[in-house]
Amino acid sequence: MTYEARIGLEVHVQLKTRSKMFCACSAEFGDEPNTRVCPVCLGYPGAMPAMNREAVELTALTGLMVGAQVAPLSVFARKSYFYPDMPKNYQISQYDRPLCIGGAVAIEWEGREKLVGLTRIHLEEDVGKSSHFGTSSGVDFNRAGIPLMEIVTEPVLTAPEEADAFLQALRQMVRYAGVSDGNMERGNIRCDANCSVRLRGETALGAKTEIKNLNTFKGVLAALRYEIRRQQDVLAAGGRVAMETRRWDGETGTTASMRSKEEAHDYRYFPEPDLMPVAMAPEQLAALQARIPELPRARRERFCRDYGLPAYDSEVLAADKAVADFFDETARVSDNPKAVSNWMMTEVLAKLAETGRTLAETPVAPRQLAELIALVDRGQINMPTAKSLFATMFDKGGDPVALVEQEGLAQVSSADDIGAWARQAVEENPKSVADYRSGKKAALQFLVGQVMRRSRGRAHPQKAAEALEELLKG
Amino acid sequence: MEQEKRANGGNEGMDVRHVALLARLALTDEDAELFRGQMADIVGFVRKIGELNIEGIEPTTHAHRVENVFREDEPAPGLDRATALANAPEQAQGLFLTPRIVE
Repeated sequence: MTYEARIGLEVHVQLKTRSKMFCACSAEFGDEPNTRVCPVCLGYPGAMPAMNREAVELTALTGLMVGAQVAPLSVFARKSYFYPDMPKNYQISQYDRPLCIGGAVAIEWEGREKLVGLTRIHLEEDVGKSSHFGTSSGVDFNRAGIPLMEIVTEPVLTAPEEADAFLQALRQMVRYAGVSDGNMERGNIRCDANCSVRLRGETALGAKTEIKNLNTFKGVLAALRYEIRRQQDVLAAGGRVAMETRRWDGETGTTASMRSKEEAHDYRYFPEPDLMPVAMAPEQLAALQARIPELPRARRERFCRDYGLPAYDSEVLAADKAVADFFDETARVSDNPKAVSNWMMTEVLAKLAETGRTLAETPVAPRQLAELIALVDRGQINMPTAKSLFATMFDKGGDPVALVEQEGLAQVSSADDIGAWARQAVEENPKSVADYRSGKKAALQFLVGQVMRRSRGRAHPQKAAEALEELLKG
Repeated sequence: MEQEKRANGGNEGMDVRHVALLARLALTDEDAELFRGQMADIVGFVRKIGELNIEGIEPTTHAHRVENVFREDEPAPGLDRATALANAPEQAQGLFLTPRIVE
């Protein structure tokens, strides 16, 4: 008997606003505990929420990007429950009138494009963050009240890897549009997963469990793999899967049932009396439509079409918006877009990874990278020089043309100069010469290296090799 | 009808014990008896609305037809930490302390 899984995700995405959802406290990450709090986000009696326009617009913008209907009238609601990280004893969320309805996210799955349907996108506030000590827990409310957009998918994902592909595509999209930083380490994207298993061919969904506490994409993958196997084992043994909420434990790599007491929820949603409904005007939606950037997929296609890049290059470059923007600007002013792509995928990305910096934090301008590549293409500097020059530009800044002049790095191709260095290299390395003559052709590379060293890296490597071969013939 | 049944806790009288649990209130038997009667009365008052003919009337969530009341996304300082924590029964390292949350 074969089984198949059906997965639906509830993804919480932290919106990129400067202030919180219902008060003016800073929404920035970090800082000392309880330093970004006020009567509203601490839930003082009588404090009144005031809705952040940008948070509403970013959510509507996301809805437009996924082709959802932005509801003509949307209402906030109180979701009541007691938990120490929730100071008001209710969370302001949305219930039956969410901001966005429907829509779909395009993903690559099994070599084809698949549209993952969304049920809804609603807006709510985050809760505080608790840490646990021996007999007590401590709560920091800096995060309480930060705007979260909850994106709910239909139960149409069929495998953990497909859920992962969805999350990656979603993250890429919200980062592209500046809706969220999408930073996993900072908990900008968190998710719960609904998961059920049924016999292949059955039409009704099996009993589902909801898995909580999925804070990393790796955690989502591992938890779903575990949970699908667990449910299959229960069914294969003739048992029934209990409808319940389960908590993922990353350390043991298992899900465990949350005790029913924790689950005894009756949220008693009712319309938030302190917040007026949101009605998006057509002009407002048109303005948001204009804020939609070129999305990753369109960009990949354009990179292939306009710059003649292979699909692989386009995929790598378009994955991150800052990288894609930088490539775009560089390629636009360069005669050699493929070389720009090579530089971006190797030197530039390596340097960024090595230093942990972003492109915005480096002094290199797209025009300068294009000039560096032109210097190589015109044979004015060789590749090793170009690479070390790039390192200087990346670390300290500077124009490649000026740097080549200042440091005397221009490539030397003159037969006289190269000939002299080659003769020195031959005289001083008799063993390599003998090796070469006895058939070890690799010894030539060592001698080329000696010429490069004497020329302080400026010699034209191909010409150096030719000069050496000529000398060693006799 | 479904909704009505839920509000009644599925019984004729309000499920006072359930409501008390949700509100984290400890009730004596006498309390429960008193509130059961009072809450049944309240539900009865509200049920009166059900007698109205609301055919064709749009549901509203607020008494006033006001929409789109926004604040611009400008951060401003809130409370300093000492003030924020002043009423905390217990605190340590700038955190509000509570009995350990069961995880």
